[in-house]
Amino acid sequence: METNPDPPITFPRIGSPAPPFEAVTSMGTLKLEDFKGGWLILFSHPADFTPVCTTEFMAFAKLHPKLREMNCELLGLSIDSVYSHIAWVRNIEEKMKVKITFPVIADLNKEVAGLYGMIMPGESTTETSRCVFIIDEKQVIRAIIYYPLTTGRNTEEILRVLQALQTTDKNGVATPANWRPGDEVIIPPPRTQEMAEERSADKDLKCKDWYFCKKKL
Amino acid sequence: MACVKPDGSLTETAKVLLRQLENPLNAEEIASLVGQPLFKVRSVMRELVSNGLALELEGGFQISSKGKEKL
Repeated sequence: METNPDPPITFPRIGSPAPPFEAVTSMGTLKLEDFKGGWLILFSHPADFTPVCTTEFMAFAKLHPKLREMNCELLGLSIDSVYSHIAWVRNIEEKMKVKITFPVIADLNKEVAGLYGMIMPGESTTETSRCVFIIDEKQVIRAIIYYPLTTGRNTEEILRVLQALQTTDKNGVATPANWRPGDEVIIPPPRTQEMAEERSADKDLKCKDWYFCKKKL
Repeated sequence: MACVKPDGSLTETAKVLLRQLENPLNAEEIASLVGQPLFKVRSVMRELVSNGLALELEGGFQISSKGKEKL
């Protein structure tokens, strides 16, 4: 008897539309388009009832209210059944006293994992790695972060990236290394000589040179 | 089904949503009224419509006669 081959693995790109899906989750059947109009952090974890993933789920749950204030939802995923997800989130609430408030995709057929390139065959062919996709209100992929199986994610960094992207969209600026909300932002370099001259004369900017200017928001 | 239990009765979320739908409302309005995230409202409304418990009209969603019977 022939077995069904795994779905093809594709890798989304920053700036490309997020691949649409319809999936069974711990909160019912959800489509990507259900999140349209808000930001979405789609993240995968290797398996339910594993210690690093449990610490991550607690960290994401702690972050969730802040994300909602920023019009952003969370959506988890692993190659486990919906019954496993239900049992695990109930276990986390009972043993760790943390309520998991976001849905988790039960991706048993690896369909969504394949669409988003969440399986790293060199690490594991049966588990998803720790992938993070930040998707904007128009359902365009804006950031991708991959962590290996053994390294738990830094949710503060994920929040920082979301804050940076929303700041960029709102103000037409970029953010420098290690930027935090409240820090100065980068003015994108001028594209013409005329713009460079105007920039040099702008007293509101702090410029080291014509191409390197910052300002406070 | 996330809105209909195995015994055919409605989940609490489904009841709460259906009770708002005497007049047509869109998903954003429903989410705001019931304090549920928009993605969840969209998902449950899709199921309510596919089960004939709500109608999808131009102005939004409205409870169907079948939905009224179930409440």
